[in-house]
Amino acid sequence: MGFTRETDHGTPPAIATGRNITLTIDGESVTLPEGTSIMRAASLTGTAIPKLCASDNLESFGSCRLCLVEVEGRAGYPASCTTPIAEGMTVHTQTDRLKQLRRGVMELYISDHPLDCLTCAANGDCELQDQAGAVGLRDVRYGYDGATNMGQPKDQSNPYFDFDPSKCIVCSRCVRACDEVQGTYALTIEGMGFGSKIAASQNDAFLSSECVSCGACVQACPTASLIEKKVVETGTPDRAVVTTCAYCGVGCTFRAEMRGEELVRMVPWKDGKANRGHSCVKGRFAWGYAQHQDRILNPMIRASVTEPWREVSWDEAIAYTANEFRRIQAQYGRLSVGGITSSRCTNEETFLVQKMIRQGFGNNNVDTCARVCHSPTGYGLKTTFGTSAGTQDFDSVMHADVILVIGANPTDAHPVFGSRMKKRLRQGAKLIVIDPRQIDLVKSPHVEAEHHLPLRPGTNVALLTAMAHVVVTEKLYDEAFIRERCDWDEFQDWADFVSEAARSPEAIEPLTGVRPADVRAAARLYATGGNAAIYYGLGVTEHSQGSSTVMAIANLAMATGNIGREGVGVNPLRGQNNVQGACDMGSFPHEFSGYRHVSDDGARAMFESAWGVKLDHEPGLRIPNMLDAATDGTFKGLFIQGEDILQSDPNTRHVAAGLAAMECVVVQDLFLNETANYAHVFLPGSTFLEKDGTFTNAERRIQRVRKVMAPLNGHADWEIVQLVANALGLGWDYAHPSEIMDEIAALTPTFTGVHYDRLDAEGSLQWPANDAAPDGTPTMHIDGFVRGKGKFVVTDYVPTDEKTGPRFPLLLTTGRILSHYNVGAQTRRTANTAWHPEDRLEIHPNDAENRGVKEGDWVSLRSRAGETTLRALITERVAPGVVYTTFHHPDTQANVITTDYSDWATNCPEYKVTAVQVGLSNGPSDWQEDYADHARQSRRILPVEAAE
Amino acid sequence: MTRVFISRDMASVALGADAVAHAFADAGCEVVRTGSRGLFSIEPLVEVETEGGRIGYGPVTPDDAARILGGNHPNRLGDVAALPFFAAQQRFTFARCGIVDPLSLADYAAHGGWTGLDIARAAEPQAVVDTLKASGLRGRGGAGFPTGIKWQTVLDAPGGTKYIVCNADEGDSGTFADRMLMEGDPFCLIEGMAIAAHAVGATHGYIYIRSEYPFAIQTMRDAIALSADRIAPFTLEVRAGAGAYVCGEETALLDSIEGKRGQVRAKPPLPALAGLFGKPTVINNVLSLAAVPFILAEGADAYAKVGFGRSRGTMPVQLAGDVRHGGLFEVGFGITLGELVNDIGGGTASGRPVRAVQVGGPLGAYFPPSKFDLPFDYEAFTAAGGLIGHAGITIFDDSVDMAHMARFAMEFCAVESCGKCTPCRIGSTRGVEIVDRIIAARETEPARAATNDGTLGKALYSRAPDRIDVSLEAQTTLLRDLCDTMKYGSLCALGGFTPYPVLSALDHFPEDFGAAAPVTEAAE
Repeated sequence: MGFTRETDHGTPPAIATGRNITLTIDGESVTLPEGTSIMRAASLTGTAIPKLCASDNLESFGSCRLCLVEVEGRAGYPASCTTPIAEGMTVHTQTDRLKQLRRGVMELYISDHPLDCLTCAANGDCELQDQAGAVGLRDVRYGYDGATNMGQPKDQSNPYFDFDPSKCIVCSRCVRACDEVQGTYALTIEGMGFGSKIAASQNDAFLSSECVSCGACVQACPTASLIEKKVVETGTPDRAVVTTCAYCGVGCTFRAEMRGEELVRMVPWKDGKANRGHSCVKGRFAWGYAQHQDRILNPMIRASVTEPWREVSWDEAIAYTANEFRRIQAQYGRLSVGGITSSRCTNEETFLVQKMIRQGFGNNNVDTCARVCHSPTGYGLKTTFGTSAGTQDFDSVMHADVILVIGANPTDAHPVFGSRMKKRLRQGAKLIVIDPRQIDLVKSPHVEAEHHLPLRPGTNVALLTAMAHVVVTEKLYDEAFIRERCDWDEFQDWADFVSEAARSPEAIEPLTGVRPADVRAAARLYATGGNAAIYYGLGVTEHSQGSSTVMAIANLAMATGNIGREGVGVNPLRGQNNVQGACDMGSFPHEFSGYRHVSDDGARAMFESAWGVKLDHEPGLRIPNMLDAATDGTFKGLFIQGEDILQSDPNTRHVAAGLAAMECVVVQDLFLNETANYAHVFLPGSTFLEKDGTFTNAERRIQRVRKVMAPLNGHADWEIVQLVANALGLGWDYAHPSEIMDEIAALTPTFTGVHYDRLDAEGSLQWPANDAAPDGTPTMHIDGFVRGKGKFVVTDYVPTDEKTGPRFPLLLTTGRILSHYNVGAQTRRTANTAWHPEDRLEIHPNDAENRGVKEGDWVSLRSRAGETTLRALITERVAPGVVYTTFHHPDTQANVITTDYSDWATNCPEYKVTAVQVGLSNGPSDWQEDYADHARQSRRILPVEAAE
Repeated sequence: MTRVFISRDMASVALGADAVAHAFADAGCEVVRTGSRGLFSIEPLVEVETEGGRIGYGPVTPDDAARILGGNHPNRLGDVAALPFFAAQQRFTFARCGIVDPLSLADYAAHGGWTGLDIARAAEPQAVVDTLKASGLRGRGGAGFPTGIKWQTVLDAPGGTKYIVCNADEGDSGTFADRMLMEGDPFCLIEGMAIAAHAVGATHGYIYIRSEYPFAIQTMRDAIALSADRIAPFTLEVRAGAGAYVCGEETALLDSIEGKRGQVRAKPPLPALAGLFGKPTVINNVLSLAAVPFILAEGADAYAKVGFGRSRGTMPVQLAGDVRHGGLFEVGFGITLGELVNDIGGGTASGRPVRAVQVGGPLGAYFPPSKFDLPFDYEAFTAAGGLIGHAGITIFDDSVDMAHMARFAMEFCAVESCGKCTPCRIGSTRGVEIVDRIIAARETEPARAATNDGTLGKALYSRAPDRIDVSLEAQTTLLRDLCDTMKYGSLCALGGFTPYPVLSALDHFPEDFGAAAPVTEAAE
């Protein structure tokens, strides 16, 4: 694919009215939807009208005055961007008079613009330059001795882009992108007239302003005024490859714009159906980790974790790995080894890892990080609806009238979707937020929650059941929907249960701390406010009652008929880029791909026939079971692809003990992560830029990942797994990931229509994509639930065993922040650390004062599981009695604190509720010191013996 | 106790009316503070109530109180309404201004107030709109768009919430009619807005008053409080402007009320369909809305029978600048420019010959006396390359330098530009620079003798590919080209109308730009 800029039709598509308009543009008859602008109509028919302030992801603005046209019978020269087409209209876009006017406007622009095109970073990629050429400007008669905005200092504070006011043409595209696309309202025009200037916040530097560095303004800028530092350093790109971001579950597609083998910039792809041309600071800018010096590029082995690493050839490493697993199985039995697939890797790679375990290890000891995030979603939605996935596509939110967000913080953790949601809220949808913290959505520019229910961590089920109580007792449920689509008897049982007085908002107030009137109002709004959609995250699942909470959500949606069409639904915001895919691909110990239980004889027979081996019909071990078994001495070997369980899983000390008890831990990763401190084999991994494959995002959308550069480590991850598998004697012969997907399609009923040629042609497919749904499935359960009748499940509130008391009087809950991603292995190796160099403990002013803690003080954070030290951030975002921190930095290791309590159904850890105490501290905890010492020792690499 | 009437209008106060009022109060009189009658050469004006009616004295000083009360002051004017300046007027809109106590509901009712509202509320909204259409009233803010048609669009617009917005951001230099009305007869505007609300189905209104009008803001706020019951369920509030001329442009005004930066919106959508907060909105000038009570009370015919061509009814003309009888003169359309300047205004205050008049505020065209036969009429002025605007007329004597006036027009635009569209944002600044070059060159370069060495003798900018031609001819051509770009390329009337004063100065007074004087048509 060569480098061509994406076509920009100047104004967004018309809002569909179903009516068409026929007009004449430059002598050609054109028929287009009502509401289309003249500019867009001309562009769609192949006539480019000059423009500078217009862009088809922004509302028309009409300021640059280059796009003037003539309309027969109308006076003057209307701007084509702001003038809608009309029936019978005759438009001329290229007359001598228009040329004269456009040249006059351009002459003014250039009279206040530097003439340094040849040395400008945007040379060849500048709309001002293009349009000056298009209008034929040959002379600037105003000279350059008059007033000027040139010569102003640059703002280079942002680590990823520069702002040069001297090159600004004040088109306001950046301001509008910040407002309309991102919804942050960080930019404005300061001053008036000739002195108008772009300003971030109150004339702050970009870095210290409210700017969230999403890059929308940089993308929108038609000149070099806002430009990526990397373009300044490298030059403009010469080719572009469309690929999918490897950060969160939104699954933004980007154009990786390259100069040779060098990545110049990632630009969000306008045709991407998940992101619609938008991005966040992580996907847009934080990809420098791919070239970071910390990347390990050679395989390494060691007999003991106390020894330093020894670099070896790929052949030696692969052979050593296979021999060790075979040795361990021979010594300790078939079930003594297992593996963990990665939600960071592709579907194809994940499929291969679980295949290697089931086919090669001969057991089902495979699990994935979804265990610790969305396993309750899989369980809860499968039980109630029949499918382990969200019900909608992201576009659906634009049809929602009421949006209920529970246990999710989209503007930080799913920022691109958060921006879509804010756009819909600005259009008038009502918002309910259920969260212990005052997340940004509760109140931010032009967005304010109708109801914020700040519940005590751990009381989700009680609160949701109380909302159901209101829906049922006030007869707000949709009886026709329930009778048609659900099991009526089960509904009645459930209705009786929720109607009991003990489940009323008034009765549960002592548990949740939420005012009953607010609960009632929120329930009424959800039930009666039109299309109501629920979006939730790990604040729902990561609890001892995570699965119950998911089912309580499903109950509410079914009871109110909010399932099975656009604008409604139950939508888990998946954390990892491919956590949906990893689950789909059979990463769980009890399921093959497509969520078919290993005890299902038909499904097993299918795989046995394809793979030519007998498969175990007993579910294997989950991650916590593997660790328990390891400390018990029965589990000895673990293959971990792209996951850092030491940092990400709860109760770090227990994880460390489990790993330390094993004889062969294989880590396949980009970096020597924390888990690698306990590993015996290190296989260098490849980044998403270095391989082909697919990711599946939170809306079940399967999208292509494309190789844009050769893997620095020599092999794509799927190739490495194939090498190990073949060393185990499995005889695989995949030449390209497309062949793996063909196998997945052949073995997975919901994927039978998924092939690379279709993905390349159509951009993406949402599963199920098969004969029953040839074009995929944007919205699930339209004509009925996948399981048949929707199932109401009684969700009795059971308080967690993790309780506050005199020793641990506060509740800790954890989460993520915009600039970092999970364990931070990637983002900590980028300039994103400029925004968030360390994890901080958010604490309410009252709690801080009681403990004598001041802003920025080092505090110890203790639970019954462990202790760590970090600095305090005093804020009213958290309620009294609740503290909050992130888990991005290994120096902090928030998971030293979290406990091994977990979801009753899926073992998903209870990260979100830990009883803690906070006190002033002098320095790192003992654990932190010991661990830092161990990590230092463990990361030693022996110098390669002198080559002769 | 003797009752005397003294204006509280800002212009009267500036001329000393407060001190005069104190003097009469000290002398034991009951002082009624009214609005201004509108002729500033007789301000401060005192009218003494007598059995034979009010007897006017003006101008007066505080020291004159005793002599006036004694009845023998030399500046005795007698019945003010009988003075030629007033007798020649047709006061439809300003009938009460200067006569009543602005904040007296009793006075207002006694002088015919609320009749229009009562008639309107007894009628269907469509009937009210039809009356407006039949009256021929056109927008008095300058655009001249038929008010009835605008109201019809809002009446027909779907949607529950609609607004009435009054544009009282009277920013044109030399105009003061909006202020005089708001200070002198605020209930008239309120009544007009209440009628508009009934006609289109609005429940709330805003009056956007420029911050430089503190008296008007206070008077309107007091009047709204006093009349709240009378206009209920319609409600009103005053919003003070933030000091930008461009906020007098209707869409920028709406943005300003919404709390945003006052910046011009592209149209469509029309404010009538998607105006304030995106809702259908009637936005009219003070004078348009204040004309409505008369039209309803007296009937559309009474209004429409006065006027000229398609310009029906009366226009409150404001005479300012170098004029002997400056003030407000409400009269039917059709009176000539010459009559207004010479007969009504009495020529210049300086006594020197009139050289130019600017009609329609700082963005209006300049006319020489050779154009004084122009009838005051929207179409006639457009045909003559000018505009009526808000009907401000500013008069200049023969000492005026029209190149400086052209520069002023560009400078005004540069200072007031919101910065949204390019022709206005950059063009106005470049325009000032061009006129400066012309002014510099006309001193050294003989008229019509552009030389070949007009090129500036130094590199202007290190990277500039060419040096520019600064000859009068080249700069004049560039100025005309710039005016063309601004007139046809600008987003709103600020940039679009700035060329009127510039081009009219160039066309009618070329000698001020270093060119030969035109041959006057009327050289007999």
